[in-house]
Amino acid sequence: MGKEKINFELNGKKVTGYPNETIWEVSERLGETIPHLCFSPKESYRPDGNCRACMVEIENERVLAASCIRCPQENMKVFINSDKAIKSRSLVMELLDSDQPNSVNHDPYSHFSDVNKKVSINKPRFECKKSPEPDSSHPAIAVNLDSCIQCGLCVRACREVQVNDVIGFSGRGSETKIVFDFDDKLGESTCVGCGECVQACPTGALMPKSVLDENQNFKFAPDRKVDSVCPYCGVGCQLTYNIKDDEIISVSGRPGPANKSRLCVKGRYGFDYISNSERLTKPLIRLENSNKKQNYSYEPSDILSNFREATWEEALNYVGEKLKDLKNNFGSNSLAGFGSAKGSNEEAYLFQKLIRTAFKTNNVDHCTRLCHASSVAALLENIGSGAVTAPFSEAKNAEVIWVIGANPSVNHPVAATFIKNAAKNGAKLFVLDPRGQVLDRYASDSINFLPGTDVSLLNGVIHTIINEELYNKEYVETHTIGFEELKTSTIDFTPEKMANICGISAKRIKNLAREYARSKSIIFWGMGISQHTHGTDNARCLISLALLTGNIGLPGTGLHPLRGQNNVQGASDAGLIPMFYPDYKSVEGDHSNKMSDYWHTELDNKKGLTVVEIINSAYEGNIKGLYIMGENPAMSDPDQNHAREALANLDFLVVQDIFPTETSAYADVILPASAWPEKDGTVTNTDRKVQIGRKAVPMPGEAMQDWWIIKEIGVRMGLNWNYESPKEIFNEMKDVMPSLNGITWERLEKENSVTYPCKNEFSEGSELLFKDSFPTPNGKGKMTSTNILPPDENINDEYPLVLTTGRLLEHWHTGSMTRRSNVLDSIEPTPEVHLSPYQLENVGVKPGEYVNVKTRRGKIKLAVRVDEALQNDVIFIPFCFHEAAANLLTNSALDPYGKIPELKYCAAKIEVPLKVN
Amino acid sequence: MMYKKKSGNFKSKGRQVKKESIYDLRQIVGKGSLKRELLIEYFHLIQDHCNYISSNMLVSLSHEMKIPLVEVWEVASFYDHFDIVKDSEEPPPPTTIRVCNSLSCYLNGSNNLIEELKICTSKDVRIVEAPCLGACDMAPSAAKGHRLIPKASKEKVLNVLKGSNLINPMDNSINFEQYIKNNGYKVISDLIKGKLKKDNILNEIKLSGLRGLGGAGFPTFQKWSIVKSEPGIKYVAVNGDEGEPGTFKDRYYLELDPHRVIEGMLIAAHIIGAKDCYFYIRDEYPEIRKFLIKELDKVNDFLKSDVTIHIRRGAGAYICGEESAMIESIEGKRGLPRHRPPYVAQKGLFNQPTLVNNIETLFWIREIIENGGETFASKGSLSHPGLRSYSVSGRVKSPGVILSPAGTTANELIEKCGGMAEGHLFKAYLPGGASGGILPSSKANIALDFGGELTEYGCFVGSHAIVVLSDKDNLADVALNLVSFFKHESCGQCTPCRNGTEKIISIIKNNSKWDEKLLNDISEVMANASICGLGQAASNPILSVIKFFPKEIGII
Repeated sequence: MGKEKINFELNGKKVTGYPNETIWEVSERLGETIPHLCFSPKESYRPDGNCRACMVEIENERVLAASCIRCPQENMKVFINSDKAIKSRSLVMELLDSDQPNSVNHDPYSHFSDVNKKVSINKPRFECKKSPEPDSSHPAIAVNLDSCIQCGLCVRACREVQVNDVIGFSGRGSETKIVFDFDDKLGESTCVGCGECVQACPTGALMPKSVLDENQNFKFAPDRKVDSVCPYCGVGCQLTYNIKDDEIISVSGRPGPANKSRLCVKGRYGFDYISNSERLTKPLIRLENSNKKQNYSYEPSDILSNFREATWEEALNYVGEKLKDLKNNFGSNSLAGFGSAKGSNEEAYLFQKLIRTAFKTNNVDHCTRLCHASSVAALLENIGSGAVTAPFSEAKNAEVIWVIGANPSVNHPVAATFIKNAAKNGAKLFVLDPRGQVLDRYASDSINFLPGTDVSLLNGVIHTIINEELYNKEYVETHTIGFEELKTSTIDFTPEKMANICGISAKRIKNLAREYARSKSIIFWGMGISQHTHGTDNARCLISLALLTGNIGLPGTGLHPLRGQNNVQGASDAGLIPMFYPDYKSVEGDHSNKMSDYWHTELDNKKGLTVVEIINSAYEGNIKGLYIMGENPAMSDPDQNHAREALANLDFLVVQDIFPTETSAYADVILPASAWPEKDGTVTNTDRKVQIGRKAVPMPGEAMQDWWIIKEIGVRMGLNWNYESPKEIFNEMKDVMPSLNGITWERLEKENSVTYPCKNEFSEGSELLFKDSFPTPNGKGKMTSTNILPPDENINDEYPLVLTTGRLLEHWHTGSMTRRSNVLDSIEPTPEVHLSPYQLENVGVKPGEYVNVKTRRGKIKLAVRVDEALQNDVIFIPFCFHEAAANLLTNSALDPYGKIPELKYCAAKIEVPLKVN
Repeated sequence: MMYKKKSGNFKSKGRQVKKESIYDLRQIVGKGSLKRELLIEYFHLIQDHCNYISSNMLVSLSHEMKIPLVEVWEVASFYDHFDIVKDSEEPPPPTTIRVCNSLSCYLNGSNNLIEELKICTSKDVRIVEAPCLGACDMAPSAAKGHRLIPKASKEKVLNVLKGSNLINPMDNSINFEQYIKNNGYKVISDLIKGKLKKDNILNEIKLSGLRGLGGAGFPTFQKWSIVKSEPGIKYVAVNGDEGEPGTFKDRYYLELDPHRVIEGMLIAAHIIGAKDCYFYIRDEYPEIRKFLIKELDKVNDFLKSDVTIHIRRGAGAYICGEESAMIESIEGKRGLPRHRPPYVAQKGLFNQPTLVNNIETLFWIREIIENGGETFASKGSLSHPGLRSYSVSGRVKSPGVILSPAGTTANELIEKCGGMAEGHLFKAYLPGGASGGILPSSKANIALDFGGELTEYGCFVGSHAIVVLSDKDNLADVALNLVSFFKHESCGQCTPCRNGTEKIISIIKNNSKWDEKLLNDISEVMANASICGLGQAASNPILSVIKFFPKEIGII
């Protein structure tokens, strides 16, 4: 396997192979596909050479060779179609075919069946082995091992590609079989339902349940396919909707630059929410006698007891009139809007434009305020740009990877697969989080520090790097400012002192510092960093680490806040934030005039209010009218009793969504909107990849496109708008957003994904940023010193536990979509508070029993889950369950810079209700 | 699409670790960090301690080793000697009697013995059919646990169960002190001190014509030279996984003079530049393993060499005698043979260049160096240099290891074994264990050596295991016994071997008249398209019977 090209003979012709190219690949490149089963030409699949369906003859070799795994050598003579090779391939297929089931056909279109038709000479002459029973225990995946050919593609899919480590081979010889964990039922195993195995399986042994009938026979094939992007997290997986009769029947991963055909359980199986019976299909107006201030019980099926159906004309006119009235009577700043990070860039842009040009206020924000606002504040402050400096795929080039305050295998599952790939390939992974997680298995060290002590831990690391002179002096001198201040401010933060605060030994803190500073290192972080009153300080520390060591701009280095929603990057870029116009131009600076000129209207030149501030202002009665598109503050905002009272207190609330939500319970008008698979539009993923989504299926009932609804409200508030398509809006965005240079709608239609910044239409976007300088006034990065502050609320005797909140793998955000997906809600159907085994014993309850969890703001009752990953005195509640909404408990204290609430830390206690027999 | 919803999970996905089980596990495997490559050794510790391996133990191992559940399961389930007891399943009875069912023991009535024992033993005893125990000269053989019961009969086994003592075959072995007295470890000492030159030693090995005696016959000098020339960290791995039915010569030499093998291994390590030697010894030879562990301390004390010797215990898988499968097993994995290229000499243990040698090959090294390579070569003939250890069993009067010049014929070997057994007429023989094919007595004057005339009949000498068959033996039954062995021992990785062995059995078991065309077809794909030698040779008995004994299978 030299580096030179290899000259050899293939079927008597002289050909050339590239280094490490296999015989199969050379042949494929030259136009002949050698039959194959256990080999998948897809990226990341290692050839295994076990099925022997691709055997070829090599001159002077006693036995045949598997072309998928064999590389040619100089002057080798390879014959694909010698008698010996043809006969062997046919007999291999015959041996496998003889064990295929006769009475049932799981997949008539399988790869196996294609190959068999082409290769088999004989009808199977062998007796069929006894076939195993079907396993229907998983809600999404049908397991029919009677079709299994033991090719192990599912094993590689599960363990080498997605690294979920569930599938393996058990036993030996003809008893060899595919198993999940300990030969357990799939539904009872550690399977995370990513479906990579289903996508890889060349037979019908692993299939989406949605295309099989109850006898495990194939039910239907798609009549068309539409390429789009996943609607869930910020990873931005490209996918294909497989459609029959205008309904999505299954989803396949597409080789997008972010996901390389991988998907997670949400993306692959969480598509049926769009046809849930609770979909909003008609505009609704609150009944006059309905009082939203009553303690409202949210019941989607009973929505007509408080609302009546209306025509679009009536509803839109009503909205326009009411908003105009409020603006005239109480001024522009009595209005506000919450846009959505779940919609497209075009919708985000149009929404903020509506608020700014029709409402005439900057009171526009979205859920970024609840996730990465503090990260963005710190990034803008110190390196002049709020986006990631490197894509998550850069993990593969890193020597050291930090995952801090993030649980990507739950929240960014596909990104996590690339981190696991990198760790398995030798990168040192450090996981820093108060909670244990799946990634710990692959980590060099998993550092479960005490909740809320992040700044201490990080300052201990910074101290070590400066004290041991591990920092990059030349880089610090030429590329940064603030070093001396940082040195002074951390002088007392010795690892020994910090160890006492964060519960991690000084030795481990030093090791962290040394490994990070001496290597090509990349940092990934999530809500564990940002959702604190010291969230901005946390992010500042991480930025300082990168700047101290020059770990930025080069392969294998960088800063990557993992963005939570499919378009949180794009919505922020598009100006869906109260202090910025599109592309982060301050509303208070000179840019205001430019925008005013471009939009042909006067603009408010004061920063608007943020999400929690708007809620507080509504509570106080200053904000009177609120337009919410695709957000659910009644579930997502902290201190929910307070938030819900604020919503009830509004004079006028318009909610535009696809389902009745906890928020819409307080609405005056509810407008039925479009779900992601029903629309065209662009979204920007966590890597800065602008990707195009395509309309796959029609909208139900009278639901309308979100951009159309925004436009119609604009028109009714007096704007002269006549947009006709998302493309037209996108083109307008390009005029005001230099970040979209080189990215056109047409290019996206062709290439699906383009990364910004991008020089021009013909160049690739830049994946790695800030190698030479930063977009700051002096071109340098700044290291901002931070101080060690405790969380806003401390634990005490009355509230002795730390409550932290987050997501579950299957449920996305407030659960409005995923709780309505049959598969996802089947896997995680109920609210549960996670307790460490210690705490379980301490409280005296067993898993499955009910407890009350109480904080200073509220109380919820829910069942108990035992969770090994928790520290003794930490409890965790996912915030997706309306039945026991975690945010009734959380603290709304804000980070002073990012204005993000401290969702990751509040003091709580557990009460055991009297047991009733 | 509809799916019955659960009421709740109340725990994370899949099996969860139990605190008590971690405690139990740690009692057995000790504290400290557990090494991935030692997974199989941990299984042994648990199996030895508990008599089985519970799923709770496996969960704990996965937890403590930070490896996936399925990775633990698939390794444990690959090896015969681990009894996995899942959840509420019944553990196996406290005592296991294994009865060898491979050819030589089968010829000597192992089937009857199994049936008898099943009837007359209590519930506390489990009778298990086992593949070749490497005691074909004492057929039928059995084992209590893994402790050999030679020439087993119902009475003998029952006595053993009652407590009668078994002889420790290592009682009469040459121990360290005796070995040293006889100039043992002088060659390696001289080599370490520089009194002997590496090149001279290599030259003697070259002159000796020594070949790999595990069965492949690759020239030893060449193998050592290749690995010696490779850069970087290198390893020596000793293949003590003798398992080819009919073969027992490695056991013989390890019981006779084990230090010669150790010294051969250390010489090899020194010459190729390896600092670690892995000695893989099959689980069926527990006394040998224990002896080695005990004696190695003395060797280390004596030599003070910087070479570390690691003993690794097999776990009941014939395929681990295949060198790359053995390497996988040493790494603590399922014993799946690897693809070639790359060869293990370039990329072997832990992906480093590795010298793999068989026990007997290493056994001869000291003698070759002491007496000269030419002397060793001259013990054979010009066309068949050197000596060979033939394991002769089956229908001969006195089965055993016959040390004889290379190229000895079957007729000569039978004579050296005192002729045929009482009342048996020589009809056929296996020239090379289960995989070397079957030849009729009319072809018993062929020189038994690597290559040569044997190959013309589709046969090979392999590990030099000669099983002699008589007029009392039905060749169809013999073939069925041999292919059943391969079916049981196939690793299951590639289609031709996994499915081929299974289909051959179903064809010949269910039809008194063999389907010649079909069997030839399967044999062809197995021979041409299997990954390793097991699958490539597994149909040899079938082809031989079709070729030489068509009447016995009803096709003439």
